[in-house]
Amino acid sequence: MFEAAVKAYVDAGVNARKDIGSFLTAAEDYWEGYSIFDEFVPDQLGAVLRSVCTIGGDGLLAISNGAMQIETGLFDVVAVEAHSKASDMLTFDGILSHALDPVYNRAFNAHPYFIAGLEMQRYLHATKTTREQCASVVVKNKHNAMDNPLAAFPADMTVDEIINSTMVSHPLTQRDISPLADGCIVMVLASEKKAKELADHPIWLKGLGWYSDTPWLEARDWSAAGYTNLARDRAYKRAGIKNPRKEIDFAEVDDCFSYKELQHLEALQICESGKAGKLAEAGEFNCDGSFPVNVSGGRLGAGNLLEASALQSVLECVQQLRGHAGKRQIKNAKTAVAQSWRSVPTASGCVAVLSNEL
Amino acid sequence: MNIKKRVAVVGAGITLFRRRLKESGKELSFHAVNMALESAEMTRDDIDSVVMGTAPDAFDGIHMKSENLLDGAGATQKPYTHVYVGGGTGVFSPIGGWWHVASGMHDTCLVVCEEKMSPCFPHPQTAFRTIWDPITSRPLNPNLVWIFALEMHRYMKVHNIPKEHIAQVAVKNKGNALDHPSAQLGAKITVDDVLNSEIMVYPVNRLDISPPSDGAAALILASEDVARKYTDAPVWLDGVGWALDSAYWTNRDLYYPQYVEEAAKMAYKMAKINDPPKEVSFAEPYDPFTYKELHHLEGLQLAKKGEAPKLTVEGVTARDGDLPVCPSGGLLGVGNPIAAAGLMKCCEAFWQLRNEAGKRQVPKAETGVCQAWGDLMQVGTVCVFKRDS
Amino acid sequence: MSKNMKELPGTPLSGKELKSEKVITFKWRPNAKYAWSAGIAYGRFLDELKAGRIIGRRCSRCERIIVPPRMFCEHCFVATDEWVYVKDTGTINTFSLSYLDADANRIKDPILVAVIDIDGASPGVGILHLLGNVAPDKIDVGMKVKAVWKPPEEREGSVTDILFWEPLED
Repeated sequence: MFEAAVKAYVDAGVNARKDIGSFLTAAEDYWEGYSIFDEFVPDQLGAVLRSVCTIGGDGLLAISNGAMQIETGLFDVVAVEAHSKASDMLTFDGILSHALDPVYNRAFNAHPYFIAGLEMQRYLHATKTTREQCASVVVKNKHNAMDNPLAAFPADMTVDEIINSTMVSHPLTQRDISPLADGCIVMVLASEKKAKELADHPIWLKGLGWYSDTPWLEARDWSAAGYTNLARDRAYKRAGIKNPRKEIDFAEVDDCFSYKELQHLEALQICESGKAGKLAEAGEFNCDGSFPVNVSGGRLGAGNLLEASALQSVLECVQQLRGHAGKRQIKNAKTAVAQSWRSVPTASGCVAVLSNEL
Repeated sequence: MNIKKRVAVVGAGITLFRRRLKESGKELSFHAVNMALESAEMTRDDIDSVVMGTAPDAFDGIHMKSENLLDGAGATQKPYTHVYVGGGTGVFSPIGGWWHVASGMHDTCLVVCEEKMSPCFPHPQTAFRTIWDPITSRPLNPNLVWIFALEMHRYMKVHNIPKEHIAQVAVKNKGNALDHPSAQLGAKITVDDVLNSEIMVYPVNRLDISPPSDGAAALILASEDVARKYTDAPVWLDGVGWALDSAYWTNRDLYYPQYVEEAAKMAYKMAKINDPPKEVSFAEPYDPFTYKELHHLEGLQLAKKGEAPKLTVEGVTARDGDLPVCPSGGLLGVGNPIAAAGLMKCCEAFWQLRNEAGKRQVPKAETGVCQAWGDLMQVGTVCVFKRDS
Repeated sequence: MSKNMKELPGTPLSGKELKSEKVITFKWRPNAKYAWSAGIAYGRFLDELKAGRIIGRRCSRCERIIVPPRMFCEHCFVATDEWVYVKDTGTINTFSLSYLDADANRIKDPILVAVIDIDGASPGVGILHLLGNVAPDKIDVGMKVKAVWKPPEEREGSVTDILFWEPLED
């Protein structure tokens, strides 16, 4: 955390002890193995005796709350942190099971990925998307990761290798699932006035939305990402986006499971429901396609950073919009959308529209 | 500093606080929310956003428990945020709600706090085993009460405070709680009862400690523009402050809560309070232990360092004194479902400032301060509420 | 509130009722196991404990010597600069006698806990540890103490390599 924080503060040209009014960290106790992980946040962020809090959600929810704090007029600059130290967990599966409803869902004794299996099955059925189309997402993202020096799981794989990998919860295979990785990301947000002082080319948060659908597995629409539909409406409205496919240049979306990228793109209205699989298979979402998606490699290629994956999406958008993405730079990128989901068993997620033009 | 929108409290709700309640966490949240909505004559459709405050997931025994609780909190298909600063969460949740509304992002925000400590076996204390640094502290097999005993002892030694003076806080708060309908431990007791109760962790006796509890509370916030649509008597949340000190608590002097001072100064500045002891009409500082009420009164700048015990002995902090402190009965009397206990204090401020506190009503309530504390003795969260004038 | 409130929601249960057949409960023991990497600072700290020494870090900006060590100073927010050995003696900053174990069971002989300001570290810099070889009523704030170490062959790189701290004879 200390290292990521120092990098972010140097990049933003701020002094943590003088300039930053508030610090937010996106964390959950059980990911860390501490009760009250909040205790261990201030020191390494330069936040001792400052306003600090934990947001029990993903990094993009923490950004949303940081942005609201700035909007009140109380702070000019806030820092947002999220990290994954997944390697500390010896029993990730047991810990994830602990998130299931104790009364209704734990008794099955099934690995919580069964929820993704259920959802994937319904999504494939409802949208006529194929297993192969889902696998093409994995191929694309792992390939994209080869140009991202931060990515943990770059690879060149084939659709067959993915479909034929070990079955986890039918139709979901081992390779459809993003593998866990460690990492930490810190971002500095500033008010419009302060941002203009600090940077020649700040990246603007044009619209934010965050919603939770229902916690009940028994009462969900499994075929679509309802939380993203709600968050999208709010974020697009704030950003003045009416025709997302035309007005947005690229997307970093949650791909915790292969089919999720497709489902989320449909929810973001990048394409009609049921079309994402075909477009993915045709290469439209590749780096050199008509609408690049997860150029960073996403969670499948860069690694699942738990609550920090959302910040990894935002980080990629920022780097692309600044023109600092190196080999994987998308030409003439002006507006991006970043989208997050907290993975199973939740139905909570965020949407952010970012742009290098105010 | 110009705050974009002034924020009002328009409704509040609370459940019973008990050692064990049969209702699930979702059900407790629902009851508190329902009462708050009814008191403001609102429905869930009027709610734009929801903030949940709940302390360690280990109590309820659910990872990401805020996600599990969200339907009980009325947050299905709403913007929903879980904010968290350990034991300070109860008073921090309305601060989280405050920025939802003060930013202009939402017109209304429902703030819910729930805690169900009874599912944790063999004892809620067991959950606290995992709050420690796994490298430096956990191998010593610590008990949570240790750190408070160490802090209390340091405070007593530095200011030469007799235990009798500290015990007076338990007498006052348990007495006040007799008039609170949620209360778990309202009682008429004496200083001797406290001193003669079992020693838990010297110098902490059993009656110095608030009990583990189940319970929930809720508060509804609205922006100035819409608040009057719902009520003729809004209460204003005019000051908020929060600060965290270092996790390395053995490297700090524990006799004074600097983090509370930082948080209080932030909140007073926003609320334009220059002379807290004169301008504050009552306070609800966090009192999970007797000495903490005193410690926090000093951090809140309502008493000089080392002088809070004297104010208590002289009756200044009694409900009919010059500065009533914990007129609700506090955590010592009403109970301590951690986050819900902090929000209970904010509910109390709302009722006091609307003259709705019944037998607990303090005279001339104009400005109330609520505060909570948490993590490894390092968090201060402060809210300043004012009557509509 | 008290004015309009007739009855508050909530159904109290006694401990006995909760364990009885009348209330349906769900029992669950989470499978949550962790192996924390100690990190750079704590890693060295534990290695040194195994060797019978206590080590801290010095921040050249505020000149503090901090124990337990960390690789950055939380006040100055810069990296700390050098390793510094401190003594295995110190002063009791505050102490307590715990009649409860970690699960809040009552115990007869109290556990003696203290924050000990370490000699050689900056003033007010201490660690949490246990006291021993001392009658509970003889302990006081300000008392000088010395670490009692486990025999070298039993040490394992843990804070428990120090058994406890005992009064220092003048």
